[in-house]
Amino acid sequence: MATNSEQLYGKRRRANQIGLVLSMAAMALGLAALLWILVVLFGNGLAALDWAIFTNDTPAPGSEGGGLRNAMVGSLMIVGLAVLVSTPVGILAGIYLTEFGDTSKTAEFTRFITDIMLSAPSIVLGLFVYAIAVATVGNFSGYAGSMALSLIAIPVVMRTTENMMRLVPGSLREAAFALGAPRWKVTTMVTLRAARSGVITGLLLAVARISGETAPLLFTALNNQFYSTDLGRPMANLPVVIFQFAMSPYENWIRLAWAGALIITLAVLVLNILARVFFRDKGKA
Amino acid sequence: MSSNVSIMTSSTTPSTEHAPSATMAAIARRQHLQDMVFHRLTQFFSLLVLVALAGIIGSLFLNAWPTFAKFGAHFLWYVEWDIVKEEFGAAIAIVGTVISAGLAMLIAVPLAFGIALFLTETCPVWLRRPLGVAIELLAAVPSIIYGMFGLFVFAPVFADYLQVPLQSVLGGLPLVGWLFGGAVNGLGIMAAGIILAFMVLPFIAAVMRDVFEITPPILRESAYGLGCTTWEVVRKVVLPYTQKGVIGGIMLGMGRALGETMAVTFVIGNANRLPTSLFSPGTSIASVLANEFGEAEGLHFNTLFALGFLLFVITFVVLALAKWMIIRAERSKGA
Repeated sequence: MATNSEQLYGKRRRANQIGLVLSMAAMALGLAALLWILVVLFGNGLAALDWAIFTNDTPAPGSEGGGLRNAMVGSLMIVGLAVLVSTPVGILAGIYLTEFGDTSKTAEFTRFITDIMLSAPSIVLGLFVYAIAVATVGNFSGYAGSMALSLIAIPVVMRTTENMMRLVPGSLREAAFALGAPRWKVTTMVTLRAARSGVITGLLLAVARISGETAPLLFTALNNQFYSTDLGRPMANLPVVIFQFAMSPYENWIRLAWAGALIITLAVLVLNILARVFFRDKGKA
Repeated sequence: MSSNVSIMTSSTTPSTEHAPSATMAAIARRQHLQDMVFHRLTQFFSLLVLVALAGIIGSLFLNAWPTFAKFGAHFLWYVEWDIVKEEFGAAIAIVGTVISAGLAMLIAVPLAFGIALFLTETCPVWLRRPLGVAIELLAAVPSIIYGMFGLFVFAPVFADYLQVPLQSVLGGLPLVGWLFGGAVNGLGIMAAGIILAFMVLPFIAAVMRDVFEITPPILRESAYGLGCTTWEVVRKVVLPYTQKGVIGGIMLGMGRALGETMAVTFVIGNANRLPTSLFSPGTSIASVLANEFGEAEGLHFNTLFALGFLLFVITFVVLALAKWMIIRAERSKGA
C-alpha cells in the first residue's frame, strides 16, 4: 500500500515537473522568437541605414543607391489623415456605447460587430475600399489608403474609448449632473477628461496598428516611384515599398526593404511602449 | 460652464416674479436639445460600423456576382485556376488557407497554453509584467516583418535543420511518409503555418492568461489544499473552469490566422495547385489576392472578389463564434 501511494506520488510529481518545464520552454520559445526577429531586423536594418535613406527617393529598377524619402513622407501623410478621421469618429462612437447605449440591443450588436471588425482580414477591407473609392474614381489614391486604414483604426479607438470611459466611477458623473450640467457637458468635460490617458493610449495603439499594415494599401494607395504629396494620386508608402522591394531581385532594393522594415518596426514598438508607459503613469496619479 | 453661470445669475437677480423659472425652462429646453443632438451624433458614428459591415458584404458580393453566377456552388470545391481559359475554383486557395491556419493552431495553442500557465502560476510576480509585455510586443510586430523574416531568415534555417532531417527520417515511412515529401527549399504550407503560429501566439496567450487570472482564488486554493500539484490545478481545475474563454481565445487566433496576408504571401510558395505534402508550396485566399489583384481583369477580377467574399464570411463566422464564447465565459464568471 505504502509503496503504491509513493509510486503514485512520484508519478504525479514527475508529471508536474514535466508540465512546468514545458511551460517554461514555451515561454522561452516565445521570447526567443521575439529576440531572433529583433536581432535580424537590427542587424540587417542598421547595416542598410544611412543618410541617403532620408534624403533620396526610391530608385528605379536596376539603378544604384536610392532612399525611402517619398515612402516615409507618404506613409506619414496616409497614416496622419487616417488618424485625423478615425480619432473623432472612434471617440464619439465609443461615447455612444458607454454613455447612451448601455442596455440597448443595437448598442450590444454594434459592440459585437466592432469586436469582429477588430480582427477582420485587412486585405478584405482593402478590396472594399478599392470597390468604393478606387474603381469609382478611376485611380489609386492616398485618400483611398487613408480610408482603408481608418476602417482598421476606428474599431480600435472605439473599443478602448468605451472600456476606459467605463472605468470612470459613476459618482463622478452624478456629481456633475447634480451641478446641473447637461449630459453632453458631463460626458465631454468630465467623463472623457477622466478617461483621457486611457483614450490616448488607445489612439497610440491604433496608430501603431495601422502604421505597419500593408495589405489594405496594396489596392488603395498602391505605390509611387516619385516624391508626391498629392493625396489624390497613387502614393508611395513604406509597407508597400518594403513588400515590392523585398520580393525583387535587386540587391539595393532588398537592402532598402530591410532599412524600411527597421524604421517601421522601431516606430511601432516605440508607440506600443509609449502607450503602456503613458497609461501606467497616468493610471497611478 | 456658461449654463451654470446663467443659472446663478438668474437666481441672484430677481428682476421679476416669473423670470427665473422662465429662464430656467428655456435653459432646460436648450440643454435638452443639445443633449439630443449629442446623443444622435454619437449614435450616428457608432452605427457607421454597421453601415461599413453592410457595405463590405454588399460591395464584395456585387463585384463577385459574375463568378458566383457562372460557377454556382460548384465554385467552392472546383480545383482549377486557369486565368487564360477563365476557369476558376476556390478549392485550392481554401485548402491552403485552412491547412496553413490549422497547422498554425496546432503549434500555437500548446505554446500559448504554456505561456499562460507560466505567467499565471510559476513566474515570479515581479517578472510577470515585463514578460507579458514582451509577448504582447510579438503581436505588435507588423505582419510584413514576419513575412520578410520568414523569407530571408527562417526559410533557409527551416530547410536545412528541419525539413532535410524530417524527410530523411520520416519520409520513408508508410502511410505518413508522403506528408514529408517534395522539395525542401524552406518555403511552403508548413513554413507558412509556423510563421503564422508565432504571429497569432500572443493573441491566444493574452486571452488565456486573462481568463486564467479571473479564476476565483478560492477554487485554486481548495485544489492546492487537497494536495494537487500546480500542473493538476491548471489541467483539472483552472482549464475546465475557463474552458469557454480558452476556446474563444483559440478561435480568435484562428480568425487572425485565416485572414493574414503578408506573412503568408512571403513564405507559402504561391503555387496555384493543391499541396501534395506539408512541405509543398501552396497558396491562401489572402495571398492570391495580394499577388494577382493588381493585374486582374474581367472574370479573374470578379473571382478575386468572390474569394475575398468567402474569406470575409469564413473569418466572420469564426470570429463571431470566438466572441460569443468569450462573452459567455465572462457572463458565467459574473453569475
